[in-house]
Amino acid sequence: MDSSQFFGISGIAYILAMVAYIAYLVFRNSAVGIIATTITAVGFVSHTMAFFLRWKEFYEIGQMGILRAIPLTNLYESLIFFVWCLILGYLIIEWKYRNRSFGAFITPIAGMALAFIDISGMDKNIHPLIPALQSNWLLAHVTMSFTSYAAFAISFATAMMYLVATTDDKKSAGYVFWTVALGIFVSVLLAMGIDFLVFRVAVSSPESFLKSYLFKATYRNSSGAIVLGSYLAAAALIFAIWKFGHVLKNIITSFSLSPDVLDDLTYKSVAVGFPIFTLGGLIFGAIWADQAWGRYWSWDPKETWSLITWFVYAFISMRDF
Amino acid sequence: MSSDRKNNSLTDTIWNIFSSVKLAVVVFSIISLTSIVGTVIEQQAEPERNIKLLAKFVGENFAPTAFRILNTLGFTDMFRSWWFMSFLFVFAANLVICSLDRLPKIWKVVKEPIKPLAPEIFSTMSIKREFVVKGKPGNASEKARAVLKGNGFAADVREDSGAFQLYSEKGRYSRLGVYVVHLSILIIMAGAVIGMIFGFNASLNLPEGNVSDIAYKSESMQIPLGFEIRCDNFDVSFYDNSDTPKSFKSRLTILEKGREVIKEREIDVNSPLHYKGITFYQSSYGYSPSKDSIFKFMVTSNKGAKEEVNVKFGETFAIAGSGVSAKVIDFSPALAMDESGRLYTYIEMMHNPAALVEFSENGQQKYRQWILARLPQTWKVADGTVEFKHLWGAQYTGLQVRKDPGVGVVYLGCLVMTLGLYATFFMGHERVWVRFSEEKGGAKVFVAASANKNKISFEHKIDKITKELQA
Repeated sequence: MDSSQFFGISGIAYILAMVAYIAYLVFRNSAVGIIATTITAVGFVSHTMAFFLRWKEFYEIGQMGILRAIPLTNLYESLIFFVWCLILGYLIIEWKYRNRSFGAFITPIAGMALAFIDISGMDKNIHPLIPALQSNWLLAHVTMSFTSYAAFAISFATAMMYLVATTDDKKSAGYVFWTVALGIFVSVLLAMGIDFLVFRVAVSSPESFLKSYLFKATYRNSSGAIVLGSYLAAAALIFAIWKFGHVLKNIITSFSLSPDVLDDLTYKSVAVGFPIFTLGGLIFGAIWADQAWGRYWSWDPKETWSLITWFVYAFISMRDF
Repeated sequence: MSSDRKNNSLTDTIWNIFSSVKLAVVVFSIISLTSIVGTVIEQQAEPERNIKLLAKFVGENFAPTAFRILNTLGFTDMFRSWWFMSFLFVFAANLVICSLDRLPKIWKVVKEPIKPLAPEIFSTMSIKREFVVKGKPGNASEKARAVLKGNGFAADVREDSGAFQLYSEKGRYSRLGVYVVHLSILIIMAGAVIGMIFGFNASLNLPEGNVSDIAYKSESMQIPLGFEIRCDNFDVSFYDNSDTPKSFKSRLTILEKGREVIKEREIDVNSPLHYKGITFYQSSYGYSPSKDSIFKFMVTSNKGAKEEVNVKFGETFAIAGSGVSAKVIDFSPALAMDESGRLYTYIEMMHNPAALVEFSENGQQKYRQWILARLPQTWKVADGTVEFKHLWGAQYTGLQVRKDPGVGVVYLGCLVMTLGLYATFFMGHERVWVRFSEEKGGAKVFVAASANKNKISFEHKIDKITKELQA
């Protein structure tokens, strides 16, 4: 078996786990919870094996040192690693806090990332490294960056749950924010799922996917009626979530997840992610860029967006001081 | 008098504005939002590219006008525009004044070691525990001291009319972590400014064999290097059967008044050459054919005589030990064959260099053969082997030339930032007070504690300590 089959197994496992965790939230049956955790763990083991297999495959093809053959050199590999960090972080939290209900919020992020890989028809082939990437900084810079992204994703999930648990008034800003945000998240996910069902395309590259297929079955359809219908459906979905959001709140609070614990988790995820992002993402990235191109900072889009991200998390951290 | 007070209140107002978190939010938002525009509009690009881009948003008709507006506002080179720099400056000023405003209060706390608590304060602390243990307060407090020590708190004792109080703290100086981070941002910005004032960023395309004593900031703007640099050799290698470069390398020599001070130093993409504060980075390469380019062959005759041959286009060379002579009569930097078998050059880069060599004997043309540097099976000819090693002088190395005396300062700032973030996120100021007083049949224990961050975990720690104290 090669790495892609193991990746396939873990992808299916995470999507099944997402269903199981949601079922666990709804039915509150502990057997379902154990099944959900087991599926996630199986997916994670398979994922880990796949990662190291791909590392080995890359090493054999790449004709370079083993440290430089870490499979983190394109969008596909990076997203795969991001999901791996995310699931690892989640399993640690589940084990430390003895609480499974986070799973229903975190496995959808993993599922969505993996689904995006498949729907977009991203290039999964192993490509040898271009000279700029042949550096030992690759390992430190990319692993640390993605570890921090996973920590930020976890903080997103717990912060969302915090909002769900603490807002009552349907007209309050917090309540409107989380229901609309969740509504948009779900409708984007659904639209991508519909694209996949309608086109089942093997697209050559993510760019051509974005240009030609993304949302073409719904929001960007050639028929005006379908476009209008899609937007109406999305609006209806958002409205429904706004209307029945308290059900979600009842579920979360019934799992003895106090807002304090959620807030603490959010803070801790940011407190781990932010320094790692600063050092591994920005500082190591700058040192590497300085070595390879003679510019530690050149305001290219990737750098600029990293800085904006840094600003956002710097602000979130400031509230505690 | 009155004008004096007015002045005072004006500086107060300015001070208050610059020390406020609100200004920080506003400036952060402005920097972020304008930066987003800067990631969409291509920076320092040909106008046509951005007009084409804008046409997608505002339509073909309005795109040129939209471009003119954005161009006038500086959005096409915004990260160097005066207004973006101003926002960064306001950000820095905000950081300085905000820190100066808060530091005295924090400094007071940091300077002051922990003191025993007055008994009545215990009940007002946010974390407090109360229980009774066996034994005299003195003995109990001795045992408690060991417990605290086991948990990383070295406690002092104060005896006060029969009651004993233990008090201890950790990480007092970590309260300064945030200000260390603020300082580090300023250091990094200072480094960037030093680089902008005293440094430069330029490029230089240097063909093999050429010498230059300048670099180019733009097409028209030259920068003298103060010495000469020569490209001795440039070499690119590809992954098997592909045009993906595996590595590209230059051999460079530095000359001072004609004297070689650094000789044939090899650089590649991740390892530059430093000389006198100027750094040369391998950034690109290209094809620049010239009549003087030299074909380097290793020629072996059928009898085994081996000879290195360096010839220009059209120059005749002999195959040693045979009566056969040869010359290059055609060249393609990237030879390919289309479906009908016609040969063509697929890119003006030396991706697949090929020489058409004509072989003659006694003045009579014998045969011609395409010899490809990347394909050893094409080297064998009827009269021996012609290994095509290199075409020297037909490629240029693209160098990024930089002088930045601020880099060290920027790195120092990065180091300070890392330390500051560590103190900020992984350390906290934790304080514990434990008071033992006389009680019937034992000692009454009050525990009070406080932490400036990560309160929930700290409370768990206090619970653990409390349990150990009760044991």
